Amino acid sequence: MKSVFVYCEVENKKVAEISQELLSAGKRLAVKLGCPLEAMAFGTDLNGIEEQITPYGVDRIHLADDASLSPYRTLPHTALAKEILKKEAPQIVLFGATSVGRDLAPRLASALNCGLTADCTILDIGDHFVKKEKKEYKNLLYAIRPAFGGSIMANIINWDMHPQMATVREGVMKKEIFDKDYTAEVVKIDVDKIVTEDDLVVKILDRHIEESDVNLKEAPIIVAGGYGVGSKEGFDLLVELAGLLGGEVGGSRAAVDAGYIDHDRQIGQTGTTVRPKLYIAAGISGAVQHTAGMHDASMIISVNNDPDAPMNKLADYVIIGDLNEVIPKMIKYYKKNAK
Amino acid sequence: MRPLKIIVMAKQVPDTRNVGTDAMKPDGTVNRGKLPAIFNPDDLHALELALNIKDRVPGTTVTILTMGPQRAADIVREGYYRGADDGIMISDRRFGGADTLATSYTIAQAIKKMAPYDLILGGRQAIDGDTAQVGPQSADKLKIPQVTYVEEIVEINEDEIIAKRRLEKGVETVSSPFPCLMTVHGSSPECRSRIAKKVMQYKYARTNTELGSKNTDVALLDLHKKRPYLTIPEWGVEDIDADPDKIGLAGSPTKVKSVESIVLTANETKILSDSDADVEGMIKELIENHTIG
Repeated sequence: MKSVFVYCEVENKKVAEISQELLSAGKRLAVKLGCPLEAMAFGTDLNGIEEQITPYGVDRIHLADDASLSPYRTLPHTALAKEILKKEAPQIVLFGATSVGRDLAPRLASALNCGLTADCTILDIGDHFVKKEKKEYKNLLYAIRPAFGGSIMANIINWDMHPQMATVREGVMKKEIFDKDYTAEVVKIDVDKIVTEDDLVVKILDRHIEESDVNLKEAPIIVAGGYGVGSKEGFDLLVELAGLLGGEVGGSRAAVDAGYIDHDRQIGQTGTTVRPKLYIAAGISGAVQHTAGMHDASMIISVNNDPDAPMNKLADYVIIGDLNEVIPKMIKYYKKNAK
Repeated sequence: MRPLKIIVMAKQVPDTRNVGTDAMKPDGTVNRGKLPAIFNPDDLHALELALNIKDRVPGTTVTILTMGPQRAADIVREGYYRGADDGIMISDRRFGGADTLATSYTIAQAIKKMAPYDLILGGRQAIDGDTAQVGPQSADKLKIPQVTYVEEIVEINEDEIIAKRRLEKGVETVSSPFPCLMTVHGSSPECRSRIAKKVMQYKYARTNTELGSKNTDVALLDLHKKRPYLTIPEWGVEDIDADPDKIGLAGSPTKVKSVESIVLTANETKILSDSDADVEGMIKELIENHTIG
């Protein structure tokens, strides 16, 4: 049966934020296709978990509940998902581009011999005419992502080897309750029939999950630095400005790669997607890899000594100059004028 | 502890991290041909992890495996310079246009030919696509366990290898039996430098295709006759028994329907100087319209 599937990540009996976002994205696709939305959730003690899933408009939930399924391990989760997807033969399957999703989805794509597109920023439905076959394929998934260092947006399709699978980063898709009274059919999976001893050979000996204190997604103001900041110390100025304005500090991938700032503060396609009311980009040239994660900011200020930096074209204010002089001036005049 | 046979998967990639102005076209898009070809950064971390195991377990061998056009032979040479024992290059026009599924099939076919092996290592992801898919897909095709995002090898014994994984929100220590495939995270140690002696020893390493070019020096051909280890094995479709329907464009389910160059659009941009008056003016506007303050 034609359907859209979402793999739901569960940690501590809670459906992950990214999975809730994907359920909403999946529902939008399912509505366009006029087909059901289905979810898979695997873990331990999942009693009642469906209540967190159905309000997103999910019609069927495939639940696998077993002591061996939490924390996540590649092989048992792959075995279960493979079995379900082979049986149900959905058209589209979505995964979070997380530590879990990026481990599971490719292995599964290989096992199902199907296509997988990573880190999509737009999902849509559309047609494609295959010249060689002189045939029009209707209602395919358009998996759209920045490619090649973010210089282009590529629309990736897959018309002959189904399902069509995609991963999406957290924060890219908008989460919205479809109907709080929605009801779903719950299908319980017989884990023992599917997961074998061979699937359990990798053992987790120790595990530390740290709740990050960085919350870029919710920050109303973000001061972000790029490679142009030049050093770890250079970021101190940005931290000072962000603190003053009640915002958070972020960085471009180049700044993270150079070790100027921690990777959990990376903004962009392979980092966090943000929608603050003010985004101050200091020394960020503006590769699409970065702008894909911040272009929805309500207001953008670009501080750059290069008048031709692509970021300037996106900005509401452009200050041409050395950020080491401009940022202190912003601090000074904010202190002087703020009530 | 018995010696291990390690294979390191490494890719040559265009350096997309620091796109200089010389690689930018006037319309603001990137000229791919102008970007330098480099050893994929995460793959260098994988090479270091392999060499580190070789230091710890005497007799261990490290073979570098790359796939790409002829110039990717640089990856094998670079591997030799840093301490790899062997190198193999998968190269054939018919492999071109492969997505991650067709690539993993091709690599898995080559690895099957290299069996038996204990450990396959590769970088977490390559910077030209950032997909992180080829590692897990290859592990599936080889029917061996995978351990992704490895930061450190904690312990190796006869039966298993214990590794620390770097997750988004924490760390996890896992054990896996041999053989297994691991992808290595960029937070693991940087790769050691080239070893001068090895550079001397391998600087004339070439593939047969490279040797076959018209301008090849006769002395170089003689050297390769005397020292066969300098000839880098080159595997094509037939060498790895690849099914033509599963490689290249034909074996790739994902196709690019269209690409759009990114053109950033301005709403109404105010261009300011770094003068005190301009900066103070802007700050005042932002306070007045309640963006800040």
